[in-house]
Amino acid sequence: MAARQRRLEAWAPWLVLAALLILWELICRVFHVSDFIFPAPSAIVASLSQYAGPISGHALQTFWTTMAGFAIGVVVGVLLGVLVGSSRLMYRTLYPLMVGFNSVPKSALVPVLVVWFGIGTIPAILTAFVICFFPITVNVATGLATIEPELEDVLRALGASRTDVLLKIGLPRSLPYFFASLKVAITLAFIGTVVSETVASNDGIGYLMMSAGSQMRMPLVFAGLVVISVMAIAMYEVFAVLERRLTGWATRGMDARA
Amino acid sequence: MSDAFVEVEHVDLAYDDVSGNAIEDVTLSMQEHEFIAVVGPSGCGKSTFMKLCSGLRRASKGSVMVGGRAVSGPLKIVGMAFQNATLLPWRTALDNVLLPLEIVEPYRSNFNRSRETYARKAIELLRSVGLEGYEHRFPWELSGGMQQRVSICRALVHEPKLLLLDEPFAALDAFTREELWCTLRDLWTRHRFTVVLVTHDLREATFLADTVYVMSKRPGRILARRAIDLPRPRELDAIYTDHFAEIVRELRERIGRIRSA
Repeated sequence: MAARQRRLEAWAPWLVLAALLILWELICRVFHVSDFIFPAPSAIVASLSQYAGPISGHALQTFWTTMAGFAIGVVVGVLLGVLVGSSRLMYRTLYPLMVGFNSVPKSALVPVLVVWFGIGTIPAILTAFVICFFPITVNVATGLATIEPELEDVLRALGASRTDVLLKIGLPRSLPYFFASLKVAITLAFIGTVVSETVASNDGIGYLMMSAGSQMRMPLVFAGLVVISVMAIAMYEVFAVLERRLTGWATRGMDARA
Repeated sequence: MSDAFVEVEHVDLAYDDVSGNAIEDVTLSMQEHEFIAVVGPSGCGKSTFMKLCSGLRRASKGSVMVGGRAVSGPLKIVGMAFQNATLLPWRTALDNVLLPLEIVEPYRSNFNRSRETYARKAIELLRSVGLEGYEHRFPWELSGGMQQRVSICRALVHEPKLLLLDEPFAALDAFTREELWCTLRDLWTRHRFTVVLVTHDLREATFLADTVYVMSKRPGRILARRAIDLPRPRELDAIYTDHFAEIVRELRERIGRIRSA
């Protein structure tokens, strides 16, 4: 019974996906929906295989651009998070500024970045970076700011320095928050890259979709969408696995049920 | 009184300028190896008194001497345990107990070299509180009472001279609490550290302490000092004797008077 339940849970998302695709295909065929409006899954797959070469080239470009922006975002996000989370003054000073900055639509930043850096990879990397560092900062800061005062007292009474408290308690404690934010940040980074590529690039999936769209080649546009989602989901899973490996102590309840 | 280990004289402590004194004109002295308990109504500054002894807080007025020296910062010879076990969930029981040794000198500088020795010592300590076989369990795999035992081991592993306990057994059920009273009694008998136990539980104070201090409500003052003359070693049976009941009732009456005042 338990084994059956578990097998069902593992297969359920795939079954739903398959059902959706079949439904989608059927609707397109039965109502004779034109490929220019809403391509059927079969047309998208055909397009994927037909343009496999160019698509993979553009996908690679988008992927490494995203990774570069994400890497900068992680470094900056963690540093800012540590700064904001371990000092009240810094929290009061920087947090309102960061909230303000975060509420700026990042797509509005792309033209500015283009003026500064020209079109191409650099504005895409920067857009991915500015869109993804904030959740990391907030989460790391939260992890640090919610240390139990008693626990800090135990260490401080032994003469522990602020760095000791940070290394022994603060950082390990904020790891689950950090990994949770990575899963959000990586998907955001893909959005940032694609937005920038759409507006200002001659490379990448964003550019591919833009130019395919302007030629009314909708199956290719959808193929681009599929490629982005697959990359984003794959990276999400990578961090989900890392999270389970490194911070199993924080999600033990979920593991026990899974 | 010059041989007192802890000497607190006319101490006031205010956290800020607005809220007034948390404790006021507190004077008491403790001999080395003495076990004192501080009882009083909620929010009477018992925990403040503890922070004072640990060097985490400085007195606004008056002086605190520990081991013959004025307290001017964290003492390093203290161990602390609280109502919540505050164990680190990513560390096993053993690694939780070892934490102070990673912080405090002289253990800190040769922690990596002597890890084996320290681990053996920590395991020995865990065994002495009845946690044999649980060394490599994580905190969430332990019951509340076991977690509190680990927490007490963590407070003792660096062989502190002064053990500060802030309502350590308050969150436990009655039977576990009585078990842990005996555990603490045995540890204290064996290692002979000095103890400050902050508690609400008059039976706990009477059973464990040499001297009980009753504090008033905020601002906390010491209203009474009661030496507990029950013979040692004390067994749990002692709780049911008339003399024990008499002491508890006497303390209770003092607390009652504070509350109605």
